Amino acid sequence: MRPSDENQVPGRRRFLECMAWAGAGTLWLMQSGVLQARSLCAEGGDSAVDASFRFVQISDSHIGFHKAPNMDVAGTLRSSLAMVNAQKARPDFVLHTGDLTHLSKPEELDSLSGIMQDASMGKVFYVPGEHDVIGDNGAEFFRRFGEKQQPGGWYSFDHRGVHFVGLINVLNLKAGGLGSLGAEQLAWLKKDLASLSASTPVVVFAHMPMWSIYPEWGWGTDDSGEAMAYLRRFGSVSVLNGHIHQIQQKVEGSITFYTARSTAYPQPLPGTAPAPGPLKDVPADALHRYLGIRDVRHVQGSHALAVTDEVMS
Amino acid sequence: MKRALVAWMTPLLLAGTVHAAAGDVADAMAKIPAARIEIRNFAFAPNTLTVKAGTRITWINRDDEPHVVVSAGKQFDTSPALDTGDSYAAVLSKPGTYAYYCAIHPMMVGTIIVQ
Repeated sequence: MRPSDENQVPGRRRFLECMAWAGAGTLWLMQSGVLQARSLCAEGGDSAVDASFRFVQISDSHIGFHKAPNMDVAGTLRSSLAMVNAQKARPDFVLHTGDLTHLSKPEELDSLSGIMQDASMGKVFYVPGEHDVIGDNGAEFFRRFGEKQQPGGWYSFDHRGVHFVGLINVLNLKAGGLGSLGAEQLAWLKKDLASLSASTPVVVFAHMPMWSIYPEWGWGTDDSGEAMAYLRRFGSVSVLNGHIHQIQQKVEGSITFYTARSTAYPQPLPGTAPAPGPLKDVPADALHRYLGIRDVRHVQGSHALAVTDEVMS
Repeated sequence: MKRALVAWMTPLLLAGTVHAAAGDVADAMAKIPAARIEIRNFAFAPNTLTVKAGTRITWINRDDEPHVVVSAGKQFDTSPALDTGDSYAAVLSKPGTYAYYCAIHPMMVGTIIVQ
C-alpha cells in the first residue's frame, strides 16, 4: 500500500504517516507454492487490486501480561486493530490464532472480548493458545469464543471458495511432548477434507506451529505430520500459526507454513537465548517494530494467497 | 490439643497437596522436611530431586512466562497457573518416583524420587 494511494481523509492520512510505512513490513505473495517477498511500498499495492477477498490474522495478545518489554498489551492490541481499520479495504473477517490472554482468567478473556468489540472487528474466528486453557481445559475460552461445531472445539467453514479449518493443538499435552491434535481431531479432519476437490484452496490455522520449527523450545506439534498427510493432495494449502511471536515461513510442496507476530511482545529467534519468553530488553520506542498483524488476500483463480505482514511503527 | 492438630492435618495429608500459605503453617507446626525446585529458563532445577517421604516440595517460578506443574501419573494435584514469583507446594508422603511436567510447556519435565 502506497501512502500516495491513500485518499484525502485527513485523520487517516495523518495516522498512516505516523506509522512510517517505508520499510515497515513485507508483503508475501504465494504463487503456486512459491513464496515471494515484496516491499510494502513497491508492487504490494498493485497486487491488492486483484484480491477477491482479504482477511487479517492477529495473534498472541496476552491480555494480562504487564512486564518488560510491554506494560500495556491492551494498548498495543488496540493499535493493531486501528491498523486493520485503517486499511483501504475492510477484511471479510479476522483470525485470532491464540493466546488471547496470559493466564486464562475470565477477566482477561472479557477484556479481550471488549477490545475486539470496541474496535468493531466484525466476525472474528478464534483458536485457543496454551495460555487460554489453563486450569479448565479452555471451558471459559470456548464458552465465549468457540464456534461450537464440534465437542472438541475445532471447526471449519467455507468462504468464497476457500475452505478454512480451525484446529486446536494446545490441549491434552503429554509430558515431554509438543503441541498435540489427538486422534479424535485428526479423524474429524480427514472426514472434513474428504469431500473437497483437490483444487479447493485450504487455509488451516492453529496456535502452535504445525511443523517443527524448534522442538527444543516446544515449537512444533507432535502429530502434525498426520494432518499434513490429509492436506498434501490439495493444490494450495496455507497453514497459519502463532505462538512464537515472530515471522517464520516454510514451503513444503503445495503446503506453505507461516507464523505470525504477536500484538504483545517479541520472543527470541530459535536457539538464540537460553529459553523462549519475552524479549525484555527491547526499547519502548522500538517495540512496535516487532509487533504486527497479517493481512491475507485471496486472489481469485490463481490458487495463491498474498500475505502481508505489517508491523506497528 | 494434639488430637485436634492431627485431625486438622489429616485432610491435608490425604489430599497430598497443600497450598503455600497453609503449607507454611503446617511446616511450622509439624516441622516436616522441605525442598525447593526453581523454575528458570523453561527448566526445573534440580531436574531430579531425591527426598525423604513426607517432604513438602515447593516449586517457585523465576521465569517471565507462566508455568503449570502437573503430575504425569496424577500422583499430586495440578498447580494453578504460576506467574512470575508464584509458588506451589505438594507434600509427597509415599515413597516412589514422581514424574511431572509443565501442562502448557510439556517439554519441561522433572522427576522427584521419594525414599
